[in-house]
Amino acid sequence: MDQSADALLTALLAGNRRALARVISLIEDDAAEASALLSALYAHTGRAHVIGITGAPGTGKSTLVNALARAYRAQGRTVGVIAVDPTSPFSGGALLGDRVRMRDLAGDPGVFIRSMATRGSLGGLARAAGDVISVLDAAGFERILVETVGVGQAEVDIASAAHTTVVVEAPGLGDEVQAIKAGVLEIADIFAVNKADREGADRTVLALQMMQGLAPAAATGHHRATGAPMPHPQPQPGPQEDGSWLPPIQKTIALRGDGVDALRAWIERHAVYLRATGGWTRRETFRAATEIERILRDRLLAALLASLPADCFAQTVAAVVRRETDPYTAATRLLTYAP
Amino acid sequence: MTERKIRVLIAKPGLDGHDRGAKVVARALRDAGMEVIYTGIRQTPEMIVEAALQEDVDVVGLSILSGAHMALCPRIIELLRRQGMDDVVVLVGGIIPDEDVEPLKQLGVKGVFGPGTSTGEIVEFIRQQVAG
Amino acid sequence: MYDKAKVRQIRSAVAQWESTDVRRSQSRLPERRSAFTTLSGATVNRLYTPADVADLDYARDLGLPGCYPFTRGVHPTGYRGKLWTMRMFAGFGTAEETNARFKYLLSQGQTGLSIAFDMPTLYGYDTDAPQAMGEFGKCGVAVSSLADMEVLLDGLPLDQVTTSMTINGPAATIWAMYIAAAEKRGIPRQVLGGTIQNDILKEFIAQKEFLFPPRPSLRLVVDTIEFGTREMPRWNTISISGYHIREAGATAAQELAFTLADGFAYVEAALARGLAIDEFAPRLSFFFNVHNDFFEEIAKLRAARRIWARTLREKYGARDPRSWMLRMHTQTSGVSLTAQQPEVNIVRVALQALAAVLGGTQSLHTNSMDEALALPSAKAATIALRTQQVIAEESGVANTLDPLGGSFYVEALTDRLEREANDYFRRIAALGGVIPAIEAGFQQREIAEAAFRYQHEIDTGERTVVGVNAYVSEEPPAIPLLEMDPLGYERQVARLRRVRAERDNAAVQAALRRLGDAARDDKTNLMHPILEAVKAYATLGEITGVLRQVFGEYQEPVFF
Repeated sequence: MDQSADALLTALLAGNRRALARVISLIEDDAAEASALLSALYAHTGRAHVIGITGAPGTGKSTLVNALARAYRAQGRTVGVIAVDPTSPFSGGALLGDRVRMRDLAGDPGVFIRSMATRGSLGGLARAAGDVISVLDAAGFERILVETVGVGQAEVDIASAAHTTVVVEAPGLGDEVQAIKAGVLEIADIFAVNKADREGADRTVLALQMMQGLAPAAATGHHRATGAPMPHPQPQPGPQEDGSWLPPIQKTIALRGDGVDALRAWIERHAVYLRATGGWTRRETFRAATEIERILRDRLLAALLASLPADCFAQTVAAVVRRETDPYTAATRLLTYAP
Repeated sequence: MTERKIRVLIAKPGLDGHDRGAKVVARALRDAGMEVIYTGIRQTPEMIVEAALQEDVDVVGLSILSGAHMALCPRIIELLRRQGMDDVVVLVGGIIPDEDVEPLKQLGVKGVFGPGTSTGEIVEFIRQQVAG
Repeated sequence: MYDKAKVRQIRSAVAQWESTDVRRSQSRLPERRSAFTTLSGATVNRLYTPADVADLDYARDLGLPGCYPFTRGVHPTGYRGKLWTMRMFAGFGTAEETNARFKYLLSQGQTGLSIAFDMPTLYGYDTDAPQAMGEFGKCGVAVSSLADMEVLLDGLPLDQVTTSMTINGPAATIWAMYIAAAEKRGIPRQVLGGTIQNDILKEFIAQKEFLFPPRPSLRLVVDTIEFGTREMPRWNTISISGYHIREAGATAAQELAFTLADGFAYVEAALARGLAIDEFAPRLSFFFNVHNDFFEEIAKLRAARRIWARTLREKYGARDPRSWMLRMHTQTSGVSLTAQQPEVNIVRVALQALAAVLGGTQSLHTNSMDEALALPSAKAATIALRTQQVIAEESGVANTLDPLGGSFYVEALTDRLEREANDYFRRIAALGGVIPAIEAGFQQREIAEAAFRYQHEIDTGERTVVGVNAYVSEEPPAIPLLEMDPLGYERQVARLRRVRAERDNAAVQAALRRLGDAARDDKTNLMHPILEAVKAYATLGEITGVLRQVFGEYQEPVFF
């Protein structure tokens, strides 16, 4: 690592926010110093609780992140926020507007907010976001909130980097539960039904309970037959006797702060559960394995491509297009150049 | 290795809420391949500089139509300096009387863009400033 | 309006003409563009004939001036009876400076005042609040307490002039200060005449000078409507404004639709409060923009009157014809003015003002040529006023009523704008109404999209703006700019500090406490506790602060 990168790292670890911002940029840009910086940072990571916040557009994620960060600050915790928005596939640019709803956090030295664009492929997003999490972790932020637009695979990737994933729903967006469409339900450790003062909030809660396989009556109080015995006692959300975790459903009104501290408490309880059951280590193991696999894949591919004769790759592709060979045979032949 | 993106903060300091120009410019910069962090209206100089620092932007674009530019711009530039962010390119757009343009440039504002500026002109200016 | 057989004949004659004369002419001289559009991007045909207005029913769709549905105007004699009010918006610096300007204007024969407030006042901050840094007196006069209002109105005949106040978020408080200042001089509130803009919905949609979230904001508006209905018979409690929506980049159809939809939302909120439609509807007034596209703007104003009349009568069951009449103030378009060759703006303003007059406005403000450069100077404001006087006295357009009524093009445009507005009403209703649509960013996104499209057209040269992307001149503008009292800020802050020191602070605290309690109770009209606090010399910042505490501050979602 060169001197300036070394100085940046020292400053970052000493709490210099400008250095922190610079290091994040170097990593996002995949600059030459990036991997050396990350290697050097790694020893300082592993302390933060990483919380993914995802949900469809319009569910009020940014406002909820703002409120949640405030709730953590009230408990004396430092908070890093990563707000991810999509890169335009046409121009490669991005409009990152999440800070607008986080103005309450301005001026607080215990908070650091960074907006990130997805930049290219979904895998790339997971890489950069995962690495930026590591940087904030090394900089000493105790809770890291990663906000993403819940539209599919990207969220599942980011969830693999989080200890706790909160899926945000809101009534009145057309479908009762938007996450069904996006297929991100499985990743939820906690559901937040935000904008709970709106009409239809109870229906959203009900729909989520039914998906969890719970009878609806218990939580909403509707249609309960008076006096009739409950055939099956409803399980309480949270840790179960069999060691599993039943995702709780928390109503919130992020704009007013209602339910936000309860949500924070559920997130904390989930961390306690993970640590008690070995889930924390399992998630870290999975994340580390995924990381190493990805780095190996990237490096092996780069090494292989570098060792190919000039034009070899393009000629092989052309041959496949002409149907002279097939992609599998072609790949096998290219592999013979492996260093 | 990914391409280095130009990052721009677009902010409206002061109280005026006329955000049409700020939004049009933000979109045009996005369409020119830049990453635009939009902070919205009613930003204090402190909020703007803090966001510029955290987001590590190359450019800060300020939109002011209320006439308060001679009070707000010096403060923002002073705060950027205090953070060691002298290298950040500061641009101002809005209703800026001619007689204020030179004093703003003396302060360190790199470009002043009045009504009628084409978005292409702003894109080019940023590219040149950031490259140079 | 036309005989069916004759319309068929006209259609076939037009088809014939297109395929012979037009084609021949085009082969020699192609048209300048492949498609012609209005400023709002709507297609304009080569020619309009009775076939384009074949479905128009004169009695149903146009009627006579002063009669339902008021397409041709709200007065039976139009400008032959009374010219439109030439109401020029003014205000800058301290209350003293603006008071002097008003006295001058009245001495010149103006009968209506129009007060512009500075940014801190518009946001409910006192002049010395930290948020107000650099903003004092820039876009209007600073009013932080009743003491400022007393100076501002000193010596003005409040029982004779009507006063229009452009204030929205803190409208109730500023209005209370006006009432209190008048009553201190022995002028009862019943005789006070004027208008407060008080249109908070368009702030969420376009101008962004909101304070509280939409629902409590709407409650405050209804409080003022109710108070006005009961106690202020000569006051217009709201001016429902499309002006700012258009300035933010909306098309003519969007301006029309979003403004009228806001109007319907206020009507429904007042009905929900228990007011009867004919009690309050006659004193709802409107404020539209007049932009560059001459005929489109005229058609927009005509369509506005027709839609309002039909909806108030048919949907809300109004019986009083005054409830059906849409009365409007108009202002020429600020964003259409250029910083390049600013003198040319005089011509733009003249054309826009002419459109406003041909559209049948009741009141008009003409912009000054230097507004793209700075605050208007006195000379520029005078030329703007003279422009209206030339139209009124010299051009002859005020001699007959709705002179463009019956123009095939204008009637077809009027119809089309009504249809487009109705389409927007349906889309807003499908989202659950105006406030849910605002919260979902519907109007904001539509406007941002139109604004971006417009800028793109200018950048690519598809649309010509003289002096900006064509006919450019390198000569720097030579426009003298407004000078303000350099000691104004100190004088204003000194007065504010004196007020805070000399008033009965225990009484102020008690009044503010009662205001807070009233705000927490949805059933209490806030006008009375606000008046009480104002009279105790509580400042604008203190009163707004109490309401911010109870209602919260609105943070808008951002849509591009």
